[in-house]
Amino acid sequence: MSAQTSVASSHERVRPSSAPTGWQGWVLVAPFLLCFGVFSLWPLLNAARLATQQTYGPGFSRFVGLENFSQLLRDPMFWTALKNTSSFTLLSVLVQMPLALGLAMLLNRPGLRGRGFMRLILFSPVLVGVVFTAMIFAVLLEKRTGLINIALHQAIGWDLDFAWLERGVMSSLVLATAWQYTGFNMVYFLAALQTVPEELKQAARLDGAGPWARFRHVTLPAIRPVAMFVVLLCIIGSFQVFELPYILLNGGAGPDNRGLTLVMYLYQTGFQTGDLGYAAAIGWMLALILATFGIAQRVLASRHERMKGGTGGGA
Amino acid sequence: MKNETAQSARGHSWWAYVVLLPILLIVGVPFIWLVCAAFKNNADFFTSVLLPRGEGFLGIAWDRITLDNFRALLAKGGFARATLNSVLLSSVIAVGATLFCAMGGYALARVRFAGRRWVQWLVMAALVIPPPLLLAPGFELLYHLGLLDRMLGLILPALAPAFGVYLFQQATHSSVPKELIEAARLDGCSELSAFWKVGLPLLQPMASAFMLITFLGVWNNFLTPQVVMQSPGQFPLAVAVAQLKNTYYQDYGLLMAGTLASIVPVALLFLLLQKDFVAGLTSGAVKG
Repeated sequence: MSAQTSVASSHERVRPSSAPTGWQGWVLVAPFLLCFGVFSLWPLLNAARLATQQTYGPGFSRFVGLENFSQLLRDPMFWTALKNTSSFTLLSVLVQMPLALGLAMLLNRPGLRGRGFMRLILFSPVLVGVVFTAMIFAVLLEKRTGLINIALHQAIGWDLDFAWLERGVMSSLVLATAWQYTGFNMVYFLAALQTVPEELKQAARLDGAGPWARFRHVTLPAIRPVAMFVVLLCIIGSFQVFELPYILLNGGAGPDNRGLTLVMYLYQTGFQTGDLGYAAAIGWMLALILATFGIAQRVLASRHERMKGGTGGGA
Repeated sequence: MKNETAQSARGHSWWAYVVLLPILLIVGVPFIWLVCAAFKNNADFFTSVLLPRGEGFLGIAWDRITLDNFRALLAKGGFARATLNSVLLSSVIAVGATLFCAMGGYALARVRFAGRRWVQWLVMAALVIPPPLLLAPGFELLYHLGLLDRMLGLILPALAPAFGVYLFQQATHSSVPKELIEAARLDGCSELSAFWKVGLPLLQPMASAFMLITFLGVWNNFLTPQVVMQSPGQFPLAVAVAQLKNTYYQDYGLLMAGTLASIVPVALLFLLLQKDFVAGLTSGAVKG
């Protein structure tokens, strides 16, 4: 959305220039464009070529046409990876979004003391690299010595020997990710909540609207665009999950490939098996899935805009 | 009136603290656990949940607190080298990418040149490329350029994040007035010196936020260096620490010491520059 506005606004009349400054503009964009062209654009074009090849490391390849894709669709490992990644994404959204919004609403209460400090604490895990989060949770999730089993054991008599990284792979991944990103999402929600006009909430209160009605009819519509953006961000991030399972499961995919994700499969085929072509094909599938979500978000957002415009015009 | 509502709300928010405090504790516990585990030996790791208990102040055996894990880290892991690599990579990329993106974003917003639309379109299109898609072809390219296992192979591709150009373009629109640039041009400034003398100083808040985000991103990146670097002497911290887990998987104290030592520098940096950072992180989104 903002992307389009910025394109539009940058097209507004730039001064009728007296001196030809054209080449100077190119000088300013040149360093970026050069690096971008060589190390992003060129690889992107090559990703299309690679996807039609079978390779043995970067040096040897043969043309296979669309065979990589047809093989992907028949590849049970790919489907396992897709299934795991999708469930992880769905669970992450379901766990993180309500938590983040709830926390943001609590922190946004007028007169709350220590808001800045609490926001800092809740936000801090996102500063920790995923690798380091994985290192911490690998130890937290240990049987017998891990804090999670110890705490659960003392609270509800949980089995101290429960092996999270064998029997609870998905829960472990969702838990560690929620620890890391909930506060980050909360910051977005908090910023959005601060734009909800206080008078509107007061007016609704005076009209006798309860907390739920106020949330449903005042807060939610106001933060809707940001909420949709945060959900999209969470989906895009979750679909690319790699480091967390890779480190937690010691570089493997865990028992029955329960921790195999799309990017992990891409990494394994490309850099352990050495078939960069097949890896590129997996990359395109990932891009396709993410593009679908991106487009869906756009469509939903613009449809909502139109509905709002419609009712506004009618009134 | 406003004061009244604030006060009545304060009266009602005790339960907000009741909900928030346990959550803050849960978020904080992994950090506390990490620090404790890094400073005790492995015997104490298995017998005490946090710090070893004893006769000392607060019922903790302070004399059993040890720096051995950090000593071992320096001796075994090639850790000093990895730290140096991380500092080098993160700073060079943070400064370079910030400069390149500021120049590009500024030019797109305030300079008219033939083909600007085309560059603009390219930047917007690049925003939707998922990085893993470029992993295999990027590796192939670095192989052909002879840049595998070399610092330049990590630095050069990281200098041009399209996202950064987009952010700086937005920032230029909102904080570099056209009239000022116009005045600089009338004073005979070239576009380059107008950027350097007028644009960049006004973009400074965005620049420091973006520099920090980039530094953090490179510091925490694992997948790219894992793919590009092959010899242990070239590993940044993220890769070196992950390697520790393979080699010394039972030495929890060592693993946690390595993790703690990798987190602390960026945490300090963040605490120093906190305000800029949060503003920078959310600026791209909330406007949309």
